[in-house]
Amino acid sequence: MAELSKTGEPQDATPNVSEVEVVDAHSESEAVAAIEAPVERGEPILQVRNLVKHFPLTQGILFKKQVGAVKAVDGISFDLYQGETLGIVGESGCGKSTVAKLLMMLEKATAGEIFYKGQDVTKLSGRALKAVRRNIQMVFQDPYTSLNPRMTVGDIIGEPFDIHPEVAPKGDRRRKVQELLDVVGLNPEYINRYPHQFSGGQRQRIGIARGLALNPEIIICDEPVSALDVSVQAQVINLMERLQDEFNLSYVFIAHDLSIVRHISDRVGVMYLGKMAEIGTDEQIYDHPTHPYTQALLSAVPVPDPESREGRERIILTGDVPSPANPPSGCRFRTRCWKAQDKCAEEVPLLAVPERFKGQDTPAAHESACHFAEEKDVVHAS
Amino acid sequence: MTIIDETAESPAPDGSGDTGRPLLEVRDLHVEFHTRDGIAKAVNGVNYSVAAGETLAVLGESGSGKSVTAQAIMGILDMPPGRIPKGEILFRGQDMLKMSGEERRKIRGSKIAMIFQDALSSLNPVLSVGYQLSEMFRVHQGMSKKDAKVKAIELMDRVKIPAAGDRVNDYPHQFSGGMRQRIMIAMALALEPDLIIADEPTTALDVTVQAQVMDLLAELQREYNMGLILITHDLGVVADVADKIAVMYAGRIVERAPVHELYKRPAHPYTKGLLDSIPRLDQKGQELYAIKGLPPNLLRIPTGCAFNPRCPQAQDVCRTDVPPLHPVTERDGTELAGRGSACHFWKETIHG
Repeated sequence: MAELSKTGEPQDATPNVSEVEVVDAHSESEAVAAIEAPVERGEPILQVRNLVKHFPLTQGILFKKQVGAVKAVDGISFDLYQGETLGIVGESGCGKSTVAKLLMMLEKATAGEIFYKGQDVTKLSGRALKAVRRNIQMVFQDPYTSLNPRMTVGDIIGEPFDIHPEVAPKGDRRRKVQELLDVVGLNPEYINRYPHQFSGGQRQRIGIARGLALNPEIIICDEPVSALDVSVQAQVINLMERLQDEFNLSYVFIAHDLSIVRHISDRVGVMYLGKMAEIGTDEQIYDHPTHPYTQALLSAVPVPDPESREGRERIILTGDVPSPANPPSGCRFRTRCWKAQDKCAEEVPLLAVPERFKGQDTPAAHESACHFAEEKDVVHAS
Repeated sequence: MTIIDETAESPAPDGSGDTGRPLLEVRDLHVEFHTRDGIAKAVNGVNYSVAAGETLAVLGESGSGKSVTAQAIMGILDMPPGRIPKGEILFRGQDMLKMSGEERRKIRGSKIAMIFQDALSSLNPVLSVGYQLSEMFRVHQGMSKKDAKVKAIELMDRVKIPAAGDRVNDYPHQFSGGMRQRIMIAMALALEPDLIIADEPTTALDVTVQAQVMDLLAELQREYNMGLILITHDLGVVADVADKIAVMYAGRIVERAPVHELYKRPAHPYTKGLLDSIPRLDQKGQELYAIKGLPPNLLRIPTGCAFNPRCPQAQDVCRTDVPPLHPVTERDGTELAGRGSACHFWKETIHG
């Protein structure tokens, strides 16, 4: 935990990055070797630098011309350390799912780099890319649409082995799939059943088993429990925590339920309109938020304790999230922010430890992208 | 603090149903659906009541029958396959299930209105929101098109939609999720009903917008002194707005209590399990408490107490006898107003 909180300093990572570019020129087999090499616990396994994804808006049918872009992700940087859980929270449309897709290389980044063990995966191809893909897997939000209804559970969980046969030899697959079912708490005899024969929570377990099949190092979870019933959510969260310990996994945990994110995460990043607003350890974010958006978000979450409903200060934001196709100038949050001044419209606040907290040993000294960052405890009541 | 306690206590006599007539009373309601695989018993004897100005939260997971009960009250249940074999729904003392279609139509919308979960699919995409809002006035009050439109703009103002006059001719897709939900609220409010049923009104919304919408709803409720039935599975929202709570499981109310009481001392193992499975600060890094197993299949509800296969305290009697809703008392037998628990072992659950 103490090691992880060092993340406050983005400079830490810069020397790494320049080394990396040199390595990049070497041959493919060296890249594969680097990808296969193990990473120490607490070392960065994934480093994201200035990641950008713009979806073009076009006009015309035959002669398409670009008239603008939806700036879904607009310059995001963060590190994921081996063995930790990084939570990413934000409202719908803030780009958190696009980040997941970019990390999975399901979308091609417009600009920026993603370093996996020092290799820039946005520039990899062939064998090296395949090796990376094996090591980064995903669990999807909706267990009802992310499993093919015409395939048996055995085929769904075993499909990754068709693409990466080195993980499980042909004759061994059935046994391997049954092992996986057992690991996620399903009866191994269910191997020939179809997804519709399972409940939501059980289906999500199948999705998790599929993600585990290739022994990945990183699992990206995009809202893994939000489609589940309350009483089942806790079961799946417990399972995910157990698997993390057992297989030494690193999670990127994307969700909008702040209490669940806090429970599972070591560090939390708050996104707003394609930018990272604030990032820090769970304690720094939840107990010492310095960005007004984080404060508003935390204060808006209903607390399951009727005693606190009068004493609690609530910040109710006005208006809606602006369109990412035409984001406000300067700070993106300024249109809804009660602290906004002229400076906010002119200058984009950088994600860094605020000047006033620099060098201090307080939990408020973590990265926050606000010109007027100041501490405000909004959830002390809970 | 004192203010809440007063509001929580004053409706309590209505809860027990003997003093003062409640606005709406559901008595022993049963709803079943005839399917190819058999009869699905969605609601199995639900009793609850709401008074004017009071907020009743109906808490339950998917399939617990909370929405079906609401649809039965509104009279928008698909029949067939739905059927109401038994029960009464009294609105101001009159049984709505015995009324003619015409009489019910007069109540629906003008006396009891409903807010649906998904505003995008509940609004007609090919009609402007102004048209849909003014329809309420034209159909129910026979207003002219022009007057109705003026009223529609007023309503949009009421629910704080900016520049209502310019936006009245816009279509639902031109509004954001939060704004659409406001339009749903405006539509429900149009004829100033006595009772509003809100079925997961903020589930599809983000937390910051959820806070705005719940705030607005509470403000309007105070202003018009409406009764509100809030259907939800979110324990946080319930704690914020409810006066009293009914917890549903497999089509029955397993526990009912005033809001403070329920969170402090649950008297049913299911409620207790739900509350314990909320991630808490001091439990960081530990396992969350999880209710084992799955919600029951409504085609094959377990015998005895429906919760028995998942209950940590289940005994033999739970597998054979259906527990009635016992009144919950203090250790010394003093009655706790408005509390009930459908558990054979409620004493052990609440008093340890």
